[in-house]
Amino acid sequence: MTDLRTKTVPEERVVRPAAETPAHNRLVMLGRGRSLLMDALLILASLVIIYPLLWMLVSSFRPTDVIFRSPGLWVNDLVLTNYTQGWHALGNPFGHYLMNSALVVIGAVAGNLLSCSLAAYAFARLRFRLKTLWFSIMLVTIMLPIHVVVVPQYILFNQLGWVNTFIPLVLPKFMATDAFFVFLMVQFIRGIPRELDEAARIDGCGHWRIFARVMLPLMGPALATTAIFTFIWTWSDFFTSLIYLTSPEKYTVPVALRGFLDSTSGSNWGAMFAMSIVSLVPIFLAFLFGQKFLVKGIATTGGK
Amino acid sequence: MSAISELSHIKVTKAKSPEERLARRKEATRDNKAGYLFLLPWLVGLVVITIGPMIASLYLSFTNYSLIQAPEWTGLANYARMLDDARLHHSLKVTFIYVFVSVPLQLILALGIALLLDKGMRGLALYRSIFYLPSMLGGSVAIALLWRQMFGTDGIVNQILRLFGLEATTGWISDPKYALGTIILLHIWTFGSPMVIFLAGLRQIPGMYYEAASVDGATRWVRFTQITLPLLSPIIFFNLVLQIIGAFQSFTQAFVVSNGTGGPSDSTLFYTLYLYQRGFGQFQMGYAAAMAWLLVVIVGVLTAINFFASKYWVFYDD
Repeated sequence: MTDLRTKTVPEERVVRPAAETPAHNRLVMLGRGRSLLMDALLILASLVIIYPLLWMLVSSFRPTDVIFRSPGLWVNDLVLTNYTQGWHALGNPFGHYLMNSALVVIGAVAGNLLSCSLAAYAFARLRFRLKTLWFSIMLVTIMLPIHVVVVPQYILFNQLGWVNTFIPLVLPKFMATDAFFVFLMVQFIRGIPRELDEAARIDGCGHWRIFARVMLPLMGPALATTAIFTFIWTWSDFFTSLIYLTSPEKYTVPVALRGFLDSTSGSNWGAMFAMSIVSLVPIFLAFLFGQKFLVKGIATTGGK
Repeated sequence: MSAISELSHIKVTKAKSPEERLARRKEATRDNKAGYLFLLPWLVGLVVITIGPMIASLYLSFTNYSLIQAPEWTGLANYARMLDDARLHHSLKVTFIYVFVSVPLQLILALGIALLLDKGMRGLALYRSIFYLPSMLGGSVAIALLWRQMFGTDGIVNQILRLFGLEATTGWISDPKYALGTIILLHIWTFGSPMVIFLAGLRQIPGMYYEAASVDGATRWVRFTQITLPLLSPIIFFNLVLQIIGAFQSFTQAFVVSNGTGGPSDSTLFYTLYLYQRGFGQFQMGYAAAMAWLLVVIVGVLTAINFFASKYWVFYDD
């Protein structure tokens, strides 16, 4: 690309007088028509995008035999049987799987918050040997496919007797393996004025106290973003659960949901939809209340 | 700065005089102990969870290992077998089609909608939420199950087609011709996440560029190709690299839609799904490790090509 500034920004600006001519009015009308068209386009697009979700929600309140005949989004006779049936359709009550998932998610969120913020503080504020090297390695691990480590990891956890426990799902989070969040927090800390930690240092604070008393309280938004993303991604993580959790007692929600394909050979769609909705509610709530942080989070790490 | 542009901008400046070097070394080690203490969890993770397993995985790829007996060194046998493994070749083909169809389509849609929203539409926040939501839910088993129903023989898509009087009797997910298409569609449906990144990028382009261009009489198209695209190119690049890497690792959707088989007729046999079948279905850990390394090489080469090509089309303002 050629230098854009010299190309598009002229030395002098020629300002044309706003003309109140019929031609001008026609242009305004045209503009209005165009924005109406865009509005229509956007509304149509949103309807298409959101339709599958709404349809699943509505179908979860319909008797199974009606689901297939009703593409519409209205419910004539609302039934809750899908929910009561679905709750008990698998080996354990669905609440059991929700509890398992909740345990894993809580561990994962705590692990990521702790370990990623520690690493981020070191990268953003401290000077130590080989820092550039470590930092580059950290950035590369963001892009590393997990499959290259999953086989030996499985063997390792298997030998430690940790297969069919939650340890393989939670422990790595305490070691900042989700480098994406380290980077997100580094970005955030860089935006915090250095004067604040200098002042604390002059007051005699060590690194630990600067981190705990000055940085962490200021990192609220970055911590919130990390917590919400970790929540959503861990809650819907299927691959790791599928590999490590072997007994139905330990299943998290995604692996349990998959059981609907085996147990009912796809006949009980109503119950399956009902429990699918139940499984999506936590993500939806996290999205609803955390959207501000999610948008900011991916905008700051994704922006240039 | 995104992780990617940061990575391509890392520079190590050389110190000139011995005194300077000494001063710099002193400076670099000022917080040495504290630095490594804060970094400790990450370093342990890097060794135990990432680099250690990568090396182990490389070693295992030269062995025959079923978890029961000790690994047996077989040299290049696994790699030789991969050359003859028709299912593996097929899974590569499926994965490449998936990646190179769904990623560009998803990014074009994301950019298109972001441009529409950037016009200062009424209800921007609401639209953004609606478009963003699928990318938060899309990776879940629940949505994959929904897809399975929607594109089934009596699924809702066929019901709607029948409303329009079309003879819709094929199940989209049970027809090898269309099954992959439904998963590609699911990927495109989750365009919200790159869209939000594009929106943020569009917001950073100074309005005066467009004003100046308009004054010069630049058409809408010229403004788009001469201002928007160049200034957005680092973000397009970022999305492209990450989406390609991510798409190569897609697993859940294909697994659920095909109920773990990769069927019908292996038409949804993603590379990762085949790797899972070999490693965790048949416990051929050596072969799975070799497959994993091939995946790393493929993704690495594609990313390198991407970085190399970026010199010719990505424009950095600074």
